[in-house]
Amino acid sequence: MDLKPGSRWRSAVCDAEVVVVRSPAASVTFRIGGIGALPAETGRPDGVEPHVALAGGTLLGKRYADEVSGLEVLCTKAGTGTITVDGRRATVMTPRQLPASD
Amino acid sequence: MNIALLLEMAAEGAGQRVAFGPRSGGVSYAELLRLAWNSGEWLASQPGQRAGLLDGNSPAVPLLLFGSARARKAFVPVSYRLAAGQLRAVLAGLGPGVLVAAPDAALPVALPDGLVLKTRGQFLDEARHDAAPASASAPAPAPVPSPDDIAVLLFTSGTTGPPKAAVLRQRQLTAYIIGTVEFLSAGPEEAALISVPPYHIAGISAILSSVYAGRRIVQLESFEPRAWVRLVNDEHVTHAMVVPTMLARIIDVLLADGERLPSLRHLSYGGGRMPAGTIETALRLLPHVDFVNAYGLTETSSTIAVLGPGDHRRFAVGDAAARRRLSSAGRPLPSVEIEIRGPDGAPAGPGVRGEVFVRGEQVAGEYLDGARLDGGGWFATRDAGYLDEDGYLFLDGRLDDIVVRGGENLSPGEIEDVLLAHPAVREAAVVGLPDPEWGEQVVAAVVPEAGETVDAAALQQWVRDRLRSSRTPTRVDFVAELPYTESGKLLRRKVREQLGTRTRQGDHEGPGLQPDPQAH
Repeated sequence: MDLKPGSRWRSAVCDAEVVVVRSPAASVTFRIGGIGALPAETGRPDGVEPHVALAGGTLLGKRYADEVSGLEVLCTKAGTGTITVDGRRATVMTPRQLPASD
Repeated sequence: MNIALLLEMAAEGAGQRVAFGPRSGGVSYAELLRLAWNSGEWLASQPGQRAGLLDGNSPAVPLLLFGSARARKAFVPVSYRLAAGQLRAVLAGLGPGVLVAAPDAALPVALPDGLVLKTRGQFLDEARHDAAPASASAPAPAPVPSPDDIAVLLFTSGTTGPPKAAVLRQRQLTAYIIGTVEFLSAGPEEAALISVPPYHIAGISAILSSVYAGRRIVQLESFEPRAWVRLVNDEHVTHAMVVPTMLARIIDVLLADGERLPSLRHLSYGGGRMPAGTIETALRLLPHVDFVNAYGLTETSSTIAVLGPGDHRRFAVGDAAARRRLSSAGRPLPSVEIEIRGPDGAPAGPGVRGEVFVRGEQVAGEYLDGARLDGGGWFATRDAGYLDEDGYLFLDGRLDDIVVRGGENLSPGEIEDVLLAHPAVREAAVVGLPDPEWGEQVVAAVVPEAGETVDAAALQQWVRDRLRSSRTPTRVDFVAELPYTESGKLLRRKVREQLGTRTRQGDHEGPGLQPDPQAH
């Protein structure tokens, strides 16, 4: 899958949608809820649920990163599945402490 | 990634929160999204690739901004204060498309062929009406915006010549927002007052930041200090952004009326050099407010460096280092790199003056006639300055304004700051004029405080006592007014031209330097 910056992806097993903020350094397997994510314009297949161990949820507006590959995504729609990159759980990035400038 | 997605996210996460307008009866994020989508559908049905706006702040601004993204068109806010010649050139450059104008905008020029004029009211009617339900044939799917689409075209203030159209793409504006704003981080009671015009980059970025943060937007159609103060109080405004000339005029109202803006928590300023006296007075009058100095350019999608509330507060308690830093632009955002380069193009060390270069995903550095980034992705700002040992950025003004006297580079801003500290000086402008011996000489134009008298020799001595003698103006002219752009930037080029044509005068007050109607 070509995780180029700005590309949008959706979970195959929940409502989660993400946009890629930073591409991985090399090709990775990107999953939400244990199943490979699909291009955003694809419909969600029926009857598939997140893997029980990967149903921790993805939160709207949070940025998720994988340190190993460098992949960073922004969640644009919340879902019940957990984001994994080559099997590693992506971590929520800590909020920036910048003062509003405009 | 595109700016329409930012609004979608806000509507998804806080659909019922008031996005826009008064505390009660304002437009919710869900409703704003609906209106913006309708606006996009309507724009998609119109000819051309651009959506122009010739108006102050109104609900049409966010609807055209987000609607254009949806329709894959460029939003082009145009100054309604342009002189006829410039407006004609800008409108011709728009090409075929729509132009939404204020109800009372009597266009001083004929519309070019292919440009369709709609009043603000006509446009808002289009946006309020949901498209007719799909008939037998399914509606065409909404176009999918590309990160490379042009989001906004802005005609930059051009203090040194004719206006240029700066190109800001979807990926750059969204990189700026998600790099600097935490999603829905604003409390439901927060409100941002937007009073800079929509054709100023800060007017655009304020809408995007507020929507992504979930902060209600309150608009002032065009800035007037008493109306600004009233709106802050009436609408319980917590956040606002102003340019230095606006802050000076707000302070005049605060002092005259005794208002202290109890709801205000956060005031950011930028867009020009802030006189020390203005910010010091503001800090004293509004101790409950967090001040932020933001430095940025149109070409960088707004802010690239900030001096935060902590630095301002340290100054207020009398910290000596903080006094110096109060005149800085703060430190670069974590998401951008700033580098100072000398005349040879090599990076300069701490404390060494040169040209400010910036690099980052939000940095567009592009005009309609092409990109201006160098091979390494750096944008030359044409601003002169230096970084201190702690990474604080100090700006000396535009590179073209630096006075080169006998091989020494002198910053007009530094000399102006000293002149402005004199109690009899209200405004000051320093420029370099040709000098047969030194190459350039330092010349000052000064607007005296009403009722104060001072002569040129006293001001020259004042500067000599505080700076090296090379920085002392060889000539001080007294004038009734100085020329500024609408956003408060001193038009030094104009000052230089006018001082250059004036014969040497005595200490009597000469005629004013007329503001340039073409300048913007």
